[in-house]
Amino acid sequence: MAETKTYREALREAMVHELDRDENVVLMGEDIGVYGGTHLITDGLYDEYGPRRIMDVPISENGFTGAAVGMAMMGMRPIVEMMTWNFSFLAADQIIQNAAKVRYFSGGQVEVPLVIRGPNGGGVQLSAQHTHSLESFYGHFPGLKVVAPVTPNDVKGMMLTAIRDPNPVIFLEAGALYGTKGEIEDGDNAVPFGKARIAREGSDVTLIAYGRQVNLCLRAADTLAEDGFEAEVIDLRSLRPFDEDTIVESVEKTHRAVAVQEQWRWFGVASEVAAIIQDRAFDSLDAPVERVSGAEVPGPYARNLELMAFPSEKQVTNAARRVLYEEEK
Amino acid sequence: MSADNEHSEDGGVETREDGGAIATSSERLVDLYRQMALIRAFEEACQRGFRQGKIGGYLHVYIGQEAVATGFLQAFKEGDRVITAYRDHAHALLLGSDPNEVMAELYGRKTGLVKGKGGSMHLFDVERGLMGGYGIVGGHIPLGVGIAYAMRYQETDHITQLYLGDGAISQGAFHEAANLAGLWGKEGQCPCLFIVENNKYGMGTSVERTTAMTDLAAKFDAYGIENEKVDGMDVEAVVEVAERIAEQVRETGQPYAVEALTYRTAPHGAADFFEKYRTKEEIEEWRERDPLAMVEYKLIENDALDEDKLGEIKGEARERIQEAVKFADESEEPPEEELYTDVYSGKDEYMGEE
Repeated sequence: MAETKTYREALREAMVHELDRDENVVLMGEDIGVYGGTHLITDGLYDEYGPRRIMDVPISENGFTGAAVGMAMMGMRPIVEMMTWNFSFLAADQIIQNAAKVRYFSGGQVEVPLVIRGPNGGGVQLSAQHTHSLESFYGHFPGLKVVAPVTPNDVKGMMLTAIRDPNPVIFLEAGALYGTKGEIEDGDNAVPFGKARIAREGSDVTLIAYGRQVNLCLRAADTLAEDGFEAEVIDLRSLRPFDEDTIVESVEKTHRAVAVQEQWRWFGVASEVAAIIQDRAFDSLDAPVERVSGAEVPGPYARNLELMAFPSEKQVTNAARRVLYEEEK
Repeated sequence: MSADNEHSEDGGVETREDGGAIATSSERLVDLYRQMALIRAFEEACQRGFRQGKIGGYLHVYIGQEAVATGFLQAFKEGDRVITAYRDHAHALLLGSDPNEVMAELYGRKTGLVKGKGGSMHLFDVERGLMGGYGIVGGHIPLGVGIAYAMRYQETDHITQLYLGDGAISQGAFHEAANLAGLWGKEGQCPCLFIVENNKYGMGTSVERTTAMTDLAAKFDAYGIENEKVDGMDVEAVVEVAERIAEQVRETGQPYAVEALTYRTAPHGAADFFEKYRTKEEIEEWRERDPLAMVEYKLIENDALDEDKLGEIKGEARERIQEAVKFADESEEPPEEELYTDVYSGKDEYMGEE
């Protein structure tokens, strides 16, 4: 059975599933309890589970994230909400210096079953300090797992996997999509990390993205189809671990690839995708890999400027046309 | 300016008269002395090992501060946890970690306490309660508060001893974590004993030059955490406070802070050669209150031990440490495949070329 639910409901459903299954699971965050959560992800949970399981914390990301690491080292399984990932810079010392590394520098004596989740990326005119896509920032550090699902079914399934994982998981949500709907499998639909999803099959060009940009690529694929080009769209879902094989297999079929990301171009995921393709599928390529990225500016406020700062459907279709050696439109 | 009132300018601790109110049995005093002598011998061997190039990285020794951890860990009970910063050798030894393994860790050997992956700053012995030494000043304090919270969440009567230095008091992590501890403590959910090891200097910058309000115990008032000070050079005084306060924390689930006024008579780290920030006279004055020397004096005064017997204890400690040095020196380096283990728990998801 599958039911149509929102991204927001998918998140809540997974957390409720694990709250009920495992007494060690607790939720922590700013205004997640009595207030119901800034994005209403945790709405109603405080009344149901009480303050022991649903913990409101003061505005102190460094402090409460570090405390969650300590709890996890003791066998609890905290799920920390970053009201937005933009605030996680304040907790970066705890996430990077402690959560990611303590297993290694303790010689494997401890583990950190911790999930840190919240909305990532921009798109709703929040301007410079509230517009970041942090996947390459966190994806850089060994010891962390980093996932960025986009469909409600994956959101639920990957959250289940994240909570059960014995390692710290950076769960990057597409905040702009909390209200979008999709079919969700009932019950325990845990989706493994490290496996990309073919969001659309095609034979002429491969579009590779994750998070919100997957939807952009699907729209671009429809447009390209009008001109007779069938694009395959790969939703990476999981960035660390990373599924190289699905990309390589697709490029061996299409011989052309465009990597799309909302974040800035330099040192980004798309660059990593391009490097993997030239490493493993160089002989299959009929054109250089194209990258479509955000503009190299802090997030602007005005709607028109903000739209210019993020990848557009036109940029994606034109990049695809370039690798197909077709005229840009 | 005498060594003992230097801290007390800020309304600090009263130093006890010799033979003061605390009547520790001679037997116990000898036992405490033995523990401190082992730490001293270990740290001196570390300094030699560093000069010989056997120990790499940073090296922070505990010489001068032995009474603090020795005293507080007398109140340790099985199931309790200890977390500290990078001056962590003493804490491991006192919790019963094998000196061979501790030294082997510093030597970067596979027999080391954490398999040669952490070194001097990252000693862990989770089985014995040591939840680690941490290298970022103040960064471990939130962890300690979370560990204490988990103890009550899991319905145990264990407590966390959380050690931090005076330098960490200026870090945001300290203030955020202390605020959480106070908050959770209101509900009896944070059995955390904060032990501020105030050795007067964060590296080479004195407490007076880092904060306008130099009463570090009183910083905890802002977070609703009870606090007091203790003469951290006097192991008997530390034991008295530790046993009393640990019991209270265990009973109430509420945090408590003790500022131990102490002094590092050794340099900050192995690269701290010139000590421009303090005078030889100051160091000499504090050496007169050396925690081991104070106990020696008392034991002799009480006719409990004579010089020969004291020499014997020190000799035994040195011998034990020589054995540790030999063990470390003769141990193998970690095997190459160890590079890629312990990055993740569970299925190896290392991403890269092995």
